[in-house]
Amino acid sequence: MRKRCLKTIYEMAKLNENIVFIGSDLGQGTLDEFKNEMPGRFFMEGISEQHIISMATGLAMEGKEVFVNTIATFITRRCFEQNIIDLGMTKAKVRLIGNGGGLVYAPLGPTHLAFEDIAIMRTIPNMTIIVCSDADEMERAIKASIDYPGPIYFRIAKGGDPIVSKEELGFKIGKPIIFKNPAEVTLISCGVMVDRALKVSAHFEKLGVNVGVLNCHTLKPLDEDFILNSILSSKIVMTLEEHSVIGGLGSIVSDLIAEKCYHHKVVFKKMALPDVFPEKYGSQNLLIDFYKIGENNIIKELEKLLAMIN
Amino acid sequence: MPNYVDYNGLGKVIRKSIIDIVDKAGRGHIGSAFSLVEILNVLYESVLNYRPHDPEWDDRDRFILSKGHGCLALYPILAKKGFFPKTELYKFCAFDGILGGHPEHEKIPGVEASTGALGHGFSIGMGMALRAKIDKKNFRVFVAIGDGESNEGSTWEAALSASKHNLGNLIVIIDYNKYQSYGPVSEVLNLEPYSDKWKAFGFNVYEADMNDPLILEDILQNKINYKCNKPHAVICHTIKGKGISFVENNLEWHHKARLRPEEVQRLKEAIDKEQ
Repeated sequence: MRKRCLKTIYEMAKLNENIVFIGSDLGQGTLDEFKNEMPGRFFMEGISEQHIISMATGLAMEGKEVFVNTIATFITRRCFEQNIIDLGMTKAKVRLIGNGGGLVYAPLGPTHLAFEDIAIMRTIPNMTIIVCSDADEMERAIKASIDYPGPIYFRIAKGGDPIVSKEELGFKIGKPIIFKNPAEVTLISCGVMVDRALKVSAHFEKLGVNVGVLNCHTLKPLDEDFILNSILSSKIVMTLEEHSVIGGLGSIVSDLIAEKCYHHKVVFKKMALPDVFPEKYGSQNLLIDFYKIGENNIIKELEKLLAMIN
Repeated sequence: MPNYVDYNGLGKVIRKSIIDIVDKAGRGHIGSAFSLVEILNVLYESVLNYRPHDPEWDDRDRFILSKGHGCLALYPILAKKGFFPKTELYKFCAFDGILGGHPEHEKIPGVEASTGALGHGFSIGMGMALRAKIDKKNFRVFVAIGDGESNEGSTWEAALSASKHNLGNLIVIIDYNKYQSYGPVSEVLNLEPYSDKWKAFGFNVYEADMNDPLILEDILQNKINYKCNKPHAVICHTIKGKGISFVENNLEWHHKARLRPEEVQRLKEAIDKEQ
């Protein structure tokens, strides 16, 4: 996903002279073609995230469209004050590309795990947050970001994840995509959890239970009406996310349901990471299973909820 | 551009204006603003290219007051130059005013960046100066930072980056008044050897005794080569609370709330007595 994302930025930069790229200290050879063909708009500024965000703000205030890329933890936590004051207040057209969102860097331990990035970034006024389900969707999202106002945080997955999105369903920032029609049960998910949602839906379909799947790729701004209309016929709404149980997609949707779902009662369940620093290493998938947000655990939870309401 | 600017007289006018604003608003960073007055007067009288009625003019020089808490010195100058009506000055920090306790870009014509959180303005200015280089524009970017502000690590990240990009159009002006909120800079977090630090980070370094603003004027008008391939640091030796003997270097005046009427009178009389 990261490679496709960067390649898309490179392709767009060839057509748009206003696009500027800033990296921190990315891997050797990253975007060499950008650097070689457009050296005046490619900057590798070192491990100085606070400076980079303000520098990007200055460039954006001068009319540039700035893509900034580094690891998700560092682009959100390390420079949070710059993100909120410089990007948020200025509404700067800066696109933050956060590598390794969620549990991608499992082998590297909690210092590198962006398990709370959405929670902190969504507190920033004017900040848009996008978490794509696969590389194809990421390409569509990056292209859609041109001419979109204000700063955007893109949480990037590992890459090589299954392609679950479909071009014919389109992509519009802020508009969730229905992957499976909402039904008695509706799963709302984002990022790599969309794939799991689809697998869970397929599992229940075989049992004669319809399970809808919404790909809520834009967590902020949230299309509240779209979500509320989508769950009109649902008795169970479950959110699936590779993020802390505090402040992510589950919190966003539960806030919405608690405040605005007047029309009917729903049983709501968050499937998210517990409020802990992950203590295991291994791999992203191993941690997802360890923290009981993998496919089998989702199925078990849904079975319990279905038994409860029927 | 005038041949001669009466910085002494101008300084008195701006300082009295600051007292009036603080009197009306009931609060403000007096000491931090007073040390800046001559720096800003030199910039706005003799150095910067700008059009008050076209504040977004693309070829203007950019000035960022990174030490945003010094805004009480900037606001009267911007008003005097016509960026906004002088009546706004007396709504400082008021509910319906545009002039807050720290300057905001979106609200105030002539303010290039929203500052107040320290250690941001230098990097924002660096980005603006880089844009001038990318687009082959001739404007210059001046950033005023505080000495206490350069405690922030981001200051030195920006310095490394400005130097790497050979930004001769970027000028950092340091209000080295030697005091920060808690006490002397030398005790809170010593910066010395300050000039050597800037040199080591790849800057052309100049020092100006701000008792004579013409020294800074000469540096900015004649000494600096804005076409060269090194950024510039101008260390301005200022006095916190400059212009009133009992305010100078007195930390009670770093931030002041509520001036009594007799204090206002005493402050204005003291300004008039200064040479």
